[in-house]
Parts: sequence; C-alpha cells; structure tokens
Amino acid sequence: MKKESWKELTLGTINLDAGNSVKNLTGTWRSGKKPQFIEERCIQCFFCWLYCPHFAIEVDGDKVRGINYDYCTGCGICSVECPTKEKAIVMVKEEVKLFEERAK
Amino acid sequence: MSKFVTLNGNQTIGEAARQIDPDVIAAYPITPSTAIVETIAKFKADGLISGEFVCPESEHSAMSLCIGAASAGGRVMTATASQGLALMWEMLYIAAGLRLPIVAAIANRSLSAPINIHGDHSDTMGARDSGWIQIYSENCQEAYDNFIQAFRIAEHLDVRTPVLVGLDGFIISHSMEVIQVEDDAEVKKFIGEYKSLYPLLDSKVKMTVGPIDFTDYYFEHKRNQLEGIENAPQVIEEVGKEFGKKFGREYGFFEGYRLDDAELCIVAMSSAAGTCKDAIDELRSEGKRVGLLKPRIFRPFPHQRISEALIKMKAVAVLDRSSSPGAFGAPLFTEIRSALYDYEERPKITNYVYGLGGRDIKIEHFKEVTDDLEKIAETGKVEKVYSYINLRE
Ligand code: SF4
Ligand code: SF4
Repeated sequence: MKKESWKELTLGTINLDAGNSVKNLTGTWRSGKKPQFIEERCIQCFFCWLYCPHFAIEVDGDKVRGINYDYCTGCGICSVECPTKEKAIVMVKEEVKLFEERAK
Repeated sequence: MSKFVTLNGNQTIGEAARQIDPDVIAAYPITPSTAIVETIAKFKADGLISGEFVCPESEHSAMSLCIGAASAGGRVMTATASQGLALMWEMLYIAAGLRLPIVAAIANRSLSAPINIHGDHSDTMGARDSGWIQIYSENCQEAYDNFIQAFRIAEHLDVRTPVLVGLDGFIISHSMEVIQVEDDAEVKKFIGEYKSLYPLLDSKVKMTVGPIDFTDYYFEHKRNQLEGIENAPQVIEEVGKEFGKKFGREYGFFEGYRLDDAELCIVAMSSAAGTCKDAIDELRSEGKRVGLLKPRIFRPFPHQRISEALIKMKAVAVLDRSSSPGAFGAPLFTEIRSALYDYEERPKITNYVYGLGGRDIKIEHFKEVTDDLEKIAETGKVEKVYSYINLRE
C-alpha cells in the first residue's frame, strides 16, 4: 500500500476515504499465535463472532466457518469465550514474520 | 459609527464576542476571566447573542465542546485563565492537531502552587508548544482589537489553526479604560463569513475526524499540521494592516517604542510595556538612548523581524513574566537569544524574570534594568545572564 507524503494529507487529520479500514490488514499484528477452528466441535453458539474485536470470524449463511487471517490479530478472545468442553477454537503457534513482510 | 466606551479588559472581550456572535461559545468561569463569561451570559440572556452559549462542568469539557462544535462546522470561542487553561491541556493539542480555528481569550494568571489569582504569563507560556497561535495585549484596546483579528487569522484558509489572545489578569482584565468600540456591522464585515472545510454535520461527506495514526502516519500528520502556523506570519501581517486601514489602529508582530535611534533595548510583553514606555520617556529626558520592543505575537515567533530590530543594539534586556524551570533562561529570552545566534554581530543580552503572581513592576525597575544595560554596553560583559526584578533576596 502506497503511503502519502505529508503534503498529500488532508488538513486536520481528516480522512475522507470512508471505509478504508478494509485496507488496514490487522492480521499483520499477529505475533506467534493464531486461532484454529475445529468445525466438528462447534455448536454454532456464535460467541466467538460476538466477541471478536476485529470481525474476523467468518460466517457463511447462519454458520461459523472459520477465521479471516487478514484481520485476525491473534488476541485469543474467541478461544477463551468458546463454551464447548473441548474448545472449537484453539490457539496454535505460527511463525512470526517481520512486519514489512507480513504487510506485503 | 465607532464609539468610545469605558470598559475593563474582560468586558471588552465580551463586547467583541457579542459583535462577532460565534455559533458556539463554551466556557467555564475562572478568576480573572470570569467576567468574560458573565458578560457573555448576560448578552445571551438579553437576547443580544444568537449563538449557543454552553456552560459545561469544567474547562476540559469547555475545550472538548469547542472541538466538537468546531468539527461540526461552527465558529467557536472560549475564555479561561491559569488552572483552567492547564485543565484544557490535552484538548489544546487536539484542537491544534485537528486544525480547528477556535479562538480563546486568556486572562493571563499564575499557576499553582502556591495558589495565586494574579497576573503572569505562566499559563499561556506553558501552552507554547500546544500548536496554538499566541497574541499578547498591552491594554484593553489591544485586547479588543486582537480578539477580533484572531478570528480572521485563525480562520484564514492557509492557517486554520486555533488562536489565543492573552490579556494580563487583573492588570488588564479588571482595569477600566476608555476604548474605541467599532460599529457592530463593521466588525461583522471585517471578520466575514466562516466556512468550515469539512463540517462533520455535512451528511453527504463520509469522513473520520481524529483517526488513530501509528508509526506509519503520525509523523506526516504532525508535519502537515505545522503548515498552518508556518503560514500564519503573512496572514497576521495582512490582517493587522487591513485592521489599521479600516479602524485606524495598525498591528504588526511587535511594537517598537523609541527604538529607531536606541542603543539599549528592553523587550517586554503585555501590560508591563505600558509602564516601560513611561520609564523610557523619563530615561530619554536624561539622555539615555533606550527603547522598548514589545512582542505582540509569540507563536509563531517572529524571529527574523525581532532579530532585525535588535541587531543594531549594544545591549538587550529581555523581561519574562514567567519562568521555565531548568531551562537556560525564560521563554521569551531563549527564543530571542536563539534567533540572534545566526548573526555574526549581535548585541549582548540578558534575561530578567519579573512580576510572577502579579508582583508589581514599576518605573524604577525599568531604570535599574537600564543601568545594568549601560554597564553591559560599556564593558561588553554580561555578568548575570539571568536575574529577577523586585524579588526579596
Ligand atoms: S484471535 Fe481475536 S481477532 Fe482472531 S478471530 Fe479470535 S477473537 Fe478475532
Ligand atoms: S464460540 Fe466456539 S462453539 Fe461457539 S460458534 Fe464459536 S467456535 Fe463455535
């Protein structure tokens, strides 16, 4: 994503590019852990969807289907909130990449 | 028709506010600026102000309200002093960062502790890096004139930066003076219409105001913000000249008093400059070539203009009505000494702190300073860079 120079910015920090948070891949913030969705354990309670601070739980029709790793920050809230005895979302290790590499 | 009226400093601001009639006035009373808010409240109660007048629960809320109202697209003002300005602190930076042309009248007062309600410049000097333009007034007339010009400067498209106008607490805020109040319609015409560039209330434009910036954008936004205050000098000059043409009282970055043939110069802002002028008249009659330079604009600091005016002097005394603990001199002094550094031949310069907490400064004190300046000019040596006036040792 090309970043503007200070001269190209709108006065007063105003951002006129409505909805541009779509371009902000918060998934690049993950640092070593990511949630893994295990469909057979899922009871479709939607707690994870409700609690996820980044709207990263993917829903297909009326079913939770997985995680959107472009926006998932790996905070782990979904896994904590998942009420099943054997968690339907577990946090697993992932390789940490440099920020620049992840943002590509 | 303009008319001559007897008003104190606070009332002159109230009078100017009535004439300008901003869309929103949000203010919380604090000594010595309380009467500004009172005057405005009475005008509002009497139906002489059509804009909203809001009394929030604190100065922090007052400035927050100003920010909201200005973001919405309104012309906005407030008034405060001392701890009130201190309580606005974080919001001052936000107003400047969002480039909102809010105008604030500050009845300059000391900061606690110890508690003191009298005049000095500690409050606004503390806010000198907040991004606001700062204008200082010598008397009630200047407070009135500066306050009107402040709207033109703040709202100019090249500037769009908040402006504060200082008037010394009690010495100006509570002193009666005959001032020339201009015609309502002429004042309105002078300041003109205000049009916000990105009013939040414009439902057709989708936008975010005050977004979060990380390491990738904050620096660029801060640099972008500087443009406003860097463009201000030209606008300040134009507006000062136009004001002079229209109302007969021209303003610049500073006022020089018997400066042209002076060898010794005293630099002093605000009300002290009035006493200094009397002192200079007496000293001149004794044959001493001393003059006064009274800065009017402190932010953006008119470094070049002030240096050019001082460069021919043999010795300069900078008088500060605030201190900067731990710094190498008080605020006005450090600015001026730094500005002079680029000149190969520059005057000897010394700094005095005076008048903290409203301590009086009299003609005799300016005479003592002049004695020191004569000695410095004679010996070419500054024995004490930093000293105090009228302090019990
Ligand atoms: S780890 Fe956090 S961000 Fe990622 S899906 Fe779970 S709740 Fe959402
Ligand atoms: S919280 Fe657990 S069980 Fe509930 S929908 Fe999400 S993954 Fe399925």
